[in-house]
Amino acid sequence: MHGLVYARYELLRSFRNRRFFFFSLGFPLLFYFVIASPNRHVRDFDGSGISLPLYYMVGLASFGTMVAMISCGTRIAAERQVGWTRQLRITPLSTRAYFRAKVLTAYTMSCLTIALLYLAGSSLGVSMPARYWFEMTALILVALAPFAALGITLGHLLNVDSIGPATGGGASLLAFLGGTWFPLGNHGFLYQLGQFLPSYWLVQAAHVGLSGHSWPTRGWVTVAAWTVILTAAAVYAFRRDTKKV
Amino acid sequence: MVAAAAAGPGDGIRLAGLTKSFRSPEGPVHAVRGIDVAIARGETVALLGPNGAGKSTTIDMLLGLAPPDAGSVSLFGRAPRAAVDAGLVGAMLQGGALIQYLSVRELLSMVAAIYPAPLDVDDVLERTGLRPIAGRRTQKLSGGETQRVRFALALVANPDLLVLDEPTVAMDVEARHEFWDAMRAFAARGKTVLFATHYLEEADQNADRVVLMAQGRVVADGPPTEIKGRVGMRTIRATLPNVASGELVELAGVARAELRGDGVLLSCVDSDQAIRALLERFPQARDIEITGAGLEEAFLALTADSRSAPEAH
Repeated sequence: MHGLVYARYELLRSFRNRRFFFFSLGFPLLFYFVIASPNRHVRDFDGSGISLPLYYMVGLASFGTMVAMISCGTRIAAERQVGWTRQLRITPLSTRAYFRAKVLTAYTMSCLTIALLYLAGSSLGVSMPARYWFEMTALILVALAPFAALGITLGHLLNVDSIGPATGGGASLLAFLGGTWFPLGNHGFLYQLGQFLPSYWLVQAAHVGLSGHSWPTRGWVTVAAWTVILTAAAVYAFRRDTKKV
Repeated sequence: MVAAAAAGPGDGIRLAGLTKSFRSPEGPVHAVRGIDVAIARGETVALLGPNGAGKSTTIDMLLGLAPPDAGSVSLFGRAPRAAVDAGLVGAMLQGGALIQYLSVRELLSMVAAIYPAPLDVDDVLERTGLRPIAGRRTQKLSGGETQRVRFALALVANPDLLVLDEPTVAMDVEARHEFWDAMRAFAARGKTVLFATHYLEEADQNADRVVLMAQGRVVADGPPTEIKGRVGMRTIRATLPNVASGELVELAGVARAELRGDGVLLSCVDSDQAIRALLERFPQARDIEITGAGLEEAFLALTADSRSAPEAH
């Protein structure tokens, strides 16, 4: 209950940070139109069986949301630097409520990114039954869980100066290996590697739009495993950080 | 639980045998070396000491931010974390900035919402003199204004125990004045206040009791007048041959006298009185110098014995 008011102001803060807002929503959208607009009539993109506008709609939604989730760590690092997390430790706000506020904010930003890209996709002719839209969105939101934990981990391990390059580079690499920029096909090294990455399954949510089928078991297992591993890492990083005075 | 909260041994603040060391490249630093302090509910206590005396480390342990190596802390009969969770503690830590993109009023509301029984935000804005800048964004505040907001954040909790670590750093004279007025008004509601400072005047004017710390130990604990008498001394030096130290100590205002060859060194509680008495009795005294002993010097004098004691390591 008390944590909710805290979360509400946390949201207000991120909306007021105009530059953050502008770049995190603007870039995926810009990329999308640059890539998908000239190729809007490609029905079967690179043998994936998915239309190019749909492929990149999900690809860039996954990139944008991934960045939004990880940037929750950037805010944690900033709050650590100004001593705010220390100040919060002498209030009744629980650690759980603090992280809930952070994750909630990151998910809200992600939902906005998704909504904008869906609109952009529709404008380029992406259409599917309402049920598929919902299912696809649900899969994306589930696949974002490990990235929330990754953001928290980095926020407690790194400082304000190093977290920018680390999250930017990390997100780009994960996006590349996950197939955001081009399909990984169904064989070869990149494909094999992708199977083990949460970002791959994020992008694979696009297949719902094609067939209405969600992930195979392997997708669920991979996302669940990463969520568990990175949550443990986040708990470790948090404890290690708060031991220092 | 209610019964335990009634006046009794569990009431008030109790620090028993607190000890804390840190590792540093130069070897271990014994920041706090066994501190015992009991503070009754409703008392306003100053933790006075020079930089490096162990005040902040003591406060960190009191608030549960740092675990002590040995000893225990009890806040109204509870462990620090439990007292903090119950909303009994409000604190203004040393340093630290504010989070951005909120107005002063919004930041206070955000923090007030965390506590079970906070004060009214407008009321706190009024008391801390922040009303004129209540709508200003936190990133646009001056250093002194930021300090006042940090004080307001501690107050809005409506805590039973208010802890302030060097609260007036970065405040100008007028802001200090307003700050202490607000603090005393809060204390007058039966609240317990503990503040750390290295200004003798602040301790003297605003506390019921002063706990004097130096080199990780409590070196004196008593009413401000008493502490002031011990550390707020001035020293008179003069050339005055052939005089007995016993005669000098008897002079009004003199606490201690030392002979150094032809020179005398008088530590005075009241140097004005002492100089008059000195010249009346010994008009031949010359080369007279009166110097105010800084806190640091006074501390060094008070702790001379403990410093020469062998180190634990």
